[in-house]
Amino acid sequence: MTSQLIKGKDIVKDDWVITELAETEQVIRMQAGKVVAFKLSGEDYPASKQVKETIFSDTGKVLLPLKVFMLHQEKLKERLANEEIGIWFSTHEEIHKFTEAIGDLNHFPLIAIHVEKFADGRIFSIGSQLRNKYNFKNELRAFGDVLRDQIFFLKRSGFDSYLIREDRNAKDAIKGLNDFSDPYQGASDILEPVWKRRKR
Amino acid sequence: MYKYDHIDQKIVNERVNQYQNQLNRYLNKELSDEEFRPLRLQNGLYIQRHAPMLRVAIPYGLLSSKQLYKLADIADKYDRGYGHFSTRQNIQFNWPKLEDTPNILRELAEVEMHAIQTSGNCIRNITTDQFAGVTDDEIIDPRHIAEIIRQWSTFHPEFALLPRKFKIAITGSSKDRALVQCHDIGLEFFINTNNKMSIKVWVGGGLGRTPIIGSVIKNELEWEHILTYCEAILRVYNLYGRRDNMYKARIKILVKSLGIEAFKKLVEDEWRYIKNGPNTINVEELSRVKKYFSEPDYKKDIKNNLKDHGSNKAFNQWLSRSTKGHKKTGYRAVTFSLKETGCAPGDASSTQMKAVSTLADAYSFGEIRVSHEQNLILADVQEDRLYELWIKAKEYHLVTPNIGLLTDIICCPGGDFCSLANAKSIPIAQSIQDLFDDMDYLHDIGDLNLNISGCMNACGHHHVGHIGILGVDKDGSEWYQVTLGGNQGNFASIGKVIGPSFSAEEMPVIVKKIIEVYLNNRQKEEIFIDCVSRIGLEPFKNYIYKDSEVTK
Ligand code: HEM
Ligand code: SF4
Repeated sequence: MTSQLIKGKDIVKDDWVITELAETEQVIRMQAGKVVAFKLSGEDYPASKQVKETIFSDTGKVLLPLKVFMLHQEKLKERLANEEIGIWFSTHEEIHKFTEAIGDLNHFPLIAIHVEKFADGRIFSIGSQLRNKYNFKNELRAFGDVLRDQIFFLKRSGFDSYLIREDRNAKDAIKGLNDFSDPYQGASDILEPVWKRRKR
Repeated sequence: MYKYDHIDQKIVNERVNQYQNQLNRYLNKELSDEEFRPLRLQNGLYIQRHAPMLRVAIPYGLLSSKQLYKLADIADKYDRGYGHFSTRQNIQFNWPKLEDTPNILRELAEVEMHAIQTSGNCIRNITTDQFAGVTDDEIIDPRHIAEIIRQWSTFHPEFALLPRKFKIAITGSSKDRALVQCHDIGLEFFINTNNKMSIKVWVGGGLGRTPIIGSVIKNELEWEHILTYCEAILRVYNLYGRRDNMYKARIKILVKSLGIEAFKKLVEDEWRYIKNGPNTINVEELSRVKKYFSEPDYKKDIKNNLKDHGSNKAFNQWLSRSTKGHKKTGYRAVTFSLKETGCAPGDASSTQMKAVSTLADAYSFGEIRVSHEQNLILADVQEDRLYELWIKAKEYHLVTPNIGLLTDIICCPGGDFCSLANAKSIPIAQSIQDLFDDMDYLHDIGDLNLNISGCMNACGHHHVGHIGILGVDKDGSEWYQVTLGGNQGNFASIGKVIGPSFSAEEMPVIVKKIIEVYLNNRQKEEIFIDCVSRIGLEPFKNYIYKDSEVTK
């Protein structure tokens, strides 16, 4: 099988293993077909039981759910230093609640954000905050409902790798990176607005 | 007006290609309906009752004669020979074919126009005062910053998929004509005590299902920070706005549920680390943009020169209602009414558009403005040429002297075109216009805004009409609810419902009754809205419902 992972401008093999959260009995309320687990509702998702029951590999590069990492932070120190631990979280989770306990996010070689639905644009602001507010410098990946028509915006919001949804052609998706050649505003990839970059 | 350089042009061209490609993938079934939806919406393409509807942006309401001519051409070539000017300084085509849309966009790009972000959950067209740059009550020309914000918001990567649509309006005048208090962000320019251009920032206003007047989030923001401050507001909204329920997804709901103070704190926390960042506007950029809006070549040394046409009543009525004071002596701003009795408010035929384009070349430096009241404006007409202009424009049914009067109705497309409608709205507007076709009577009634929406989405701004009419659905039939006391401008307020709703046939008579109560109660020179504020709703209710059996 060819890889679905775009890194920079190329399709590359993914050497990280994503750890999924344990199955849960908690019923997620659905409304109008969308998951109602968003920040202001105050619902705790993933639930702590789920976090506790999540198991992950003892070796190799693993991408852990944020809360799972927090739970095992102490005993993961060594693997973290070996650059074997990355974290992922969903667009409704708030990294700022954990940054103090984590310290420098740059201990992680990879942070990945899961986006459930194409239309969920929170992922862009999360990218922007990770890059500009928390100064995260390493690989920032989007996965989930990631399609060609988002990735230009994802790139501009600070992402540099994209795991394209399985049923889509990653080669085709790469073309989305070049939709626009000279964007107006400064953002996470090109910091300066066009009127500072070019003579107009 | 602003002219594209190669950078602007390239972005618009690249957009056409991107969209063409998206459409091809959709037609080849590589994109599902659901996946194509946000993509086409970002491009102003709705799927409507009859056909797709394409909404084209008219940034802050400014058009060149060439652009208007092109719009007329498009109406002829791809549509049914007319277009609809909307309440947010856009134009809509109701009948294009899906397959034609890339070509329409390509033609638009040739005249520096586009449909980018005219719908969908993103930052929409920036709107402002239709009299920007010429009005005598102006403090700062809002168009410079409007253009800078337009560029900043175009394909802003972070705000491409917001919880819901996001509308920004700007005013630079002591009298607000841009409805800044009814927008997601409203910007009100002023000069601060250090003689520096500053902005009062409103947030969380909006109409729709839950009408709310905005709150002030910042009393005084220095102009260079406007982009970073907007960025902070939008980031907080993007992260925390509700996404589970589209009726609760606008920023107004977030501001209301958190409270303006808590919301402001979040915004200030975000702003702190981007303030003075790369998107801070510098003087060079402001002056680069500013020079595009420099004054046209006004004739010097002309005096007030309103020729006496004392006996021509129709002209005089037009002069008093449809032309407005200008900052330059000897000039006036002329509003062409798209509200002639019998026409759908805001509709213009391609013949009319071409005529206005030609008249703009001959009388107004080749520029046209579009107002949120859905009329067209020639902003710089010499007073001594007004009569001539009037004669010519009359031929095209553009001189109905009803600007700001009861029949200058703001009206949404309603049930005739819109699939969300509860009721028709255009026929109601027309039946009211029919009943009030006596110009003397209309002029006697004076300033009055009547706004009609076909459903609670409020595209027709009914909440802020002095008289508001809202189409409602009861047991499958169309009814109309009436509100009084809504207002736009510096003293914006939301109208109050007067009671049970009415049938379509009753509506003109009900409006007539409202007017009778006003005429019986008004004090000298008191306009309708002031009278309503003074006497309250009771006298209206009593009179309207006194012998009515309406109990719906
Ligand atoms: C015919 C197709 C149209 C559709 C399907 C449509 C749909 C909608 C919807 C669903 C809303 C409410 C959004 C919300 O509050 O979150 C809305 C608001 C609005 N629409 Fe339309 N609309 C249409 C045409 C128009 C036209 C022709 C105009 C101008 C005359 C217009 C002007 C507006 C305005 C100004 C609002 C803002 C109300 C606010 O501030 O919340 N729309 N529209
Ligand atoms: S107010 Fe309702 S009926 Fe009118 S255009 Fe908007 S959505 Fe359609």
